[in-house]
Amino acid sequence: MSEPSKEIDGKGYWREVVRLTLVLLVIWFAVSYGAGILFRDWLDNVSIGGAPLGFWFAQNGSIYVFVGLIFYYCRAMNRLEKKYGVEG
Amino acid sequence: MGQDFWTYFWVVGTFGTYIAIALWARASSTDDFYVAGHDVHPMVNGMATAADWMSAASFLSMAGLIAFLGYGGSVYLMGWTGGYVLLALLLAPFLREFGKFTVPDFVGDRYYSTAARLIAVVCALFVSFTYIAGQMKGVGVAFSGFLGVEFNTGIIVGMGIVFVYAVLGGMKGITYTQVAQYCVLIFAYTVPAIFISLIITGNPIPQLGFISNVKGEDISMLEKLNTVVSDLGFLEYTKTDKTMVDVFAITGALMFGTAGLPHVIIRFFTVSSAGAARVSAGWALVFIALLYTTAPAVASFARLNFIDTVNESTYIADGADYDAEAAAIVAAGGKPTPKWFKDWEKTGLLGVEDKNGDGVIQYRAGPENEVTKLDRDIFVMANPSIASLPAWVIGLVVAGGLAAALSTAAGLLMVISSSISHDLCRRTFFKDMSDKDELRVARASAAGAVILAGIMGMNTAKLGFVAQVVAFAFGLAAASLFPVIVLGIFWKRMNREGAIASMLTGLISTFSYIYYFKFVDTDPANWWFGVSPEGIGFVFMFLSLVVGVVVALMTAPPPQDVQDLVEDIRVPGTRTSHGIADEGMAPMPAE
Repeated sequence: MSEPSKEIDGKGYWREVVRLTLVLLVIWFAVSYGAGILFRDWLDNVSIGGAPLGFWFAQNGSIYVFVGLIFYYCRAMNRLEKKYGVEG
Repeated sequence: MGQDFWTYFWVVGTFGTYIAIALWARASSTDDFYVAGHDVHPMVNGMATAADWMSAASFLSMAGLIAFLGYGGSVYLMGWTGGYVLLALLLAPFLREFGKFTVPDFVGDRYYSTAARLIAVVCALFVSFTYIAGQMKGVGVAFSGFLGVEFNTGIIVGMGIVFVYAVLGGMKGITYTQVAQYCVLIFAYTVPAIFISLIITGNPIPQLGFISNVKGEDISMLEKLNTVVSDLGFLEYTKTDKTMVDVFAITGALMFGTAGLPHVIIRFFTVSSAGAARVSAGWALVFIALLYTTAPAVASFARLNFIDTVNESTYIADGADYDAEAAAIVAAGGKPTPKWFKDWEKTGLLGVEDKNGDGVIQYRAGPENEVTKLDRDIFVMANPSIASLPAWVIGLVVAGGLAAALSTAAGLLMVISSSISHDLCRRTFFKDMSDKDELRVARASAAGAVILAGIMGMNTAKLGFVAQVVAFAFGLAAASLFPVIVLGIFWKRMNREGAIASMLTGLISTFSYIYYFKFVDTDPANWWFGVSPEGIGFVFMFLSLVVGVVVALMTAPPPQDVQDLVEDIRVPGTRTSHGIADEGMAPMPAE
């Protein structure tokens, strides 16, 4: 904890954080509830390797995307923190 | 070397390691005890979180469960991993920036209310006790099934080990033993998975085998599995008999429940900053995904292999010379029941009854099914013997199951002990307690909790309702804890009245629904909107959110101090102390 040395645009920073969070949550929703549940029957017409695509998203694919989402979030947040001079 | 030797070798060896780590990582302050001095490396914390999270159920039962449920098992896979995205984006970094010890700390300080703190304590204790009883039961099962030790003695040995490292080391001891436990459990899980993948598909990577063709055939593994199971009268593997609404709701309850579970959240208090908490959640999910993407592959291989080798096989009677009989059956053009089947029959996890007297096992969906007992744990436990792996691997799987159970139990113990010593004693009833006294109470309550959990484990085994109560843990975490924490961070206007109303709504509605449909009226036809008790937490989470927001808008906004606090935790590095919000306890700094 240190006293902020210069004025930080906390509100601007927060707006961008919320926007980023919403975008990532849309993807999070799309790969799990979307591809794995709601549109599964439709996606199952396509197959990946030998697995129906919707089924694969529900059992494997969504998990890979989740991992990618968190690491992307970390990178994007570091960029935002640098841009606004916030120390993460 | 015999099987018993190797099992003892791994169990005693790993237990010795855990105790050695505990002695090395002793806690000397409440900071050490509750949050491991908040300087754990993000990747180390990620690994510890993975072990903390993956319980005996994940390790032993999940693959088997998926093997039987097919697509229906996806709810566990998406639910128990997707929650980490919510944790990383919505909770972990902000709670770390808030900078205290427990989940009730956040609820109590953010909502400037002792009542809110106490409701959060009730939720945390309830969730943790239901969960820990299952872990202790898992320990008892592993001991009684594989070491020939009595069930209750097994629980006492397990309690003894957790006692040493949780009471001595607190979060610090737990963190480093969890790292060791993760290594044991992931190794024990993936080695047999690689071999069974090679046998079925010829691909050493189970995740790729999952989407490959059957070895030497021109048909994909999953297609073949679909054909095979539907020929026997079962539902196709890639289908489910659950409604889409229910699959959606259960996935949601598990995801939001995961993000709201106190023993997962507190792991993110142990790292040095908000940024470290984010990265740590990413690592946690990597380590979890290693097991969770392997599990569905293991599930499908095991189901296919089970049908291939056991169905229509000629049963060899007990006491007969297995090798000679098997050779005779093969010579006559038949298929002998595999050796591992005979071995596992002795444990009671498998059972057959030759209903039509033809000496051959028929595995079917209907009443003519002759595999009368098929425990879902068998698919993970028997994997090494199915793949004809050496005896040492089988012993390792037992040690892996114990590691999974003990690491989760320890994390839950921390929540229970800190709820009592920190939230109830230090923050509510004895506010002028010294750090030293608090540490003493923390140790004593951890010790008490170990004993209570052990007693519960011994008794739930007899009652057999563990599987029923797990729905409570996730449902309550999703409906009562998750909404107030997220609103507390993302909506400055959220106030004390809204928080209390929201938590009570979630707690009472979810508890009543689950209790009613699990114990009073068990007919699924009467479920509301077709949502099962497992999924209802998701529905009531929205109710709890709406009630919280409406009540907050009808009452006075939170004090300026609290609004300033919310601004601070949103922007890393700006956290300062704020009057009434930090009155009882100063926030810990980020490095």
